[in-house]
Amino acid sequence: MIIASNVSKKFGKLTALDNVSVTCNKGECIALIGPNGSGKTTLIKSILGMVVCNSGFITFNEKNILHDWQYRAHIGYMPQIGRYPDNMTIGQMLEMMKDIRHQKNAVLDEDLVQQFKLNELLHKRMRTLSGGTRQKVSAALAFLFNPDVLILDEPTAGLDPVATEILKDKIIAEKQKGKLVLITSHILSELDDLVTQVIYMQDGVLQFHKTIEDLRKDTGQEKLSKAIASVMVKING
Amino acid sequence: MKKIIKYVIIDILRNKIMLAYTLFLLLISLSVFNLEDNSAKGLLSLLNIILIIVPLVSIMFSAIYVYNSAEFLELLVSQPLKRKTIWLSVFSGLASSLAIAFFVGAGIPILLYEATATGFMMLGTGLLLSVIFVAIAMLAAVITRDKAKGIGVAILLWLYFSLLFDGLVLFVLFQFADYPMEKIMVGVSTLNPIDLSRILILLKMDVSALMGYTGAIFKNFFGTQTGVLLSFLVLTLWIVIPTWLSLRKFNRKDL
Repeated sequence: MIIASNVSKKFGKLTALDNVSVTCNKGECIALIGPNGSGKTTLIKSILGMVVCNSGFITFNEKNILHDWQYRAHIGYMPQIGRYPDNMTIGQMLEMMKDIRHQKNAVLDEDLVQQFKLNELLHKRMRTLSGGTRQKVSAALAFLFNPDVLILDEPTAGLDPVATEILKDKIIAEKQKGKLVLITSHILSELDDLVTQVIYMQDGVLQFHKTIEDLRKDTGQEKLSKAIASVMVKING
Repeated sequence: MKKIIKYVIIDILRNKIMLAYTLFLLLISLSVFNLEDNSAKGLLSLLNIILIIVPLVSIMFSAIYVYNSAEFLELLVSQPLKRKTIWLSVFSGLASSLAIAFFVGAGIPILLYEATATGFMMLGTGLLLSVIFVAIAMLAAVITRDKAKGIGVAILLWLYFSLLFDGLVLFVLFQFADYPMEKIMVGVSTLNPIDLSRILILLKMDVSALMGYTGAIFKNFFGTQTGVLLSFLVLTLWIVIPTWLSLRKFNRKDL
């Protein structure tokens, strides 16, 4: 579904992505893992077209995303830090997104809106929200339009344990529907029962892209956090 | 596109500054027209106020608005929308709200007290100036990433167009006083939309005699139908070119 070929991106002198090639297919749940500043968010943003890469190209359903915009109708994106217009209320925000994105005959997926009880907060202005509530709004928006691809950047950061469980269950449900889920997180223990594949990045370079079984076999570790730790030691040592 | 314009305008209307600007213009224009017994004189006083205030408010408000809606732009860019649509919607929203504010605040009093050719010229140039400075502000805001720097650039641009440019022109004029500069001055005046508007309005007021020989040349050029049409074309270019440049920049911007 999403194929990135030799994507490089520089911010001034800093190389955020260095010749990254990656293929993501339907039904996979891919964990993007790497230390801070390893280029995970930049990769996600280039897939979304928010960052324009210097060289290489990305295709979505075999179509180059450069100069294309319609493909984003198939993506639900949950940003790392949800930043929204301060003066809008949650209700207006949801209405606006529906107004902008909603296509005829499409079914809205309001599970998360209900489970996070956002309906009771509709009149609250975005600037008054706590970080966790903001994350809930971001998550609800990402799932709202039933997209084929879900891109979740640090989805559980700032969420309380109850909300985290709701979100995890939702991700698993969507994965089973055959959707592609791309997820970055530093809380590896949470990813254990979610992901089928792991992409490990460091300093803008893609170190490996393996299925979780292969990774377990190669490292001899059952837990994802232990497996990644042993990989990091191997790469850095 | 209409949908986003709608949300931009709703957002701007929620801002009290726009209302204050409209009331301020209304207050000034009404008081100016009521102070003078001759409304043509009132128009002349209004001219200078408008040529200073309209560009200042347009450029500052637009620049600050673009920076403050960085989150909004980021959110929209990740949605299935063309960047071009997003940017032009923001531009249209800003331009129409500032133009409406000018029309209500200054246009209606002008139409009430001085619905002459001069009045219409002032109304037309005022509306164009509002939009021109939105375009310039958006260009400044898309080029500079830092908010404080961007707003500083916007203030400098306003200062340049309303004060520094005239100073530079005067300097050049004195330096080359021995040469026939009159015709060149017509060309130079197109480099500054504020000057161009001022000349257009002054010539309609028949005070060009005060401007000496250059005034006569101006009258010869800007007094004709072609001259006026050409100047309006130039003013439109002042909208189109900055908007096009900022759009090009925004299309490649990393958010």
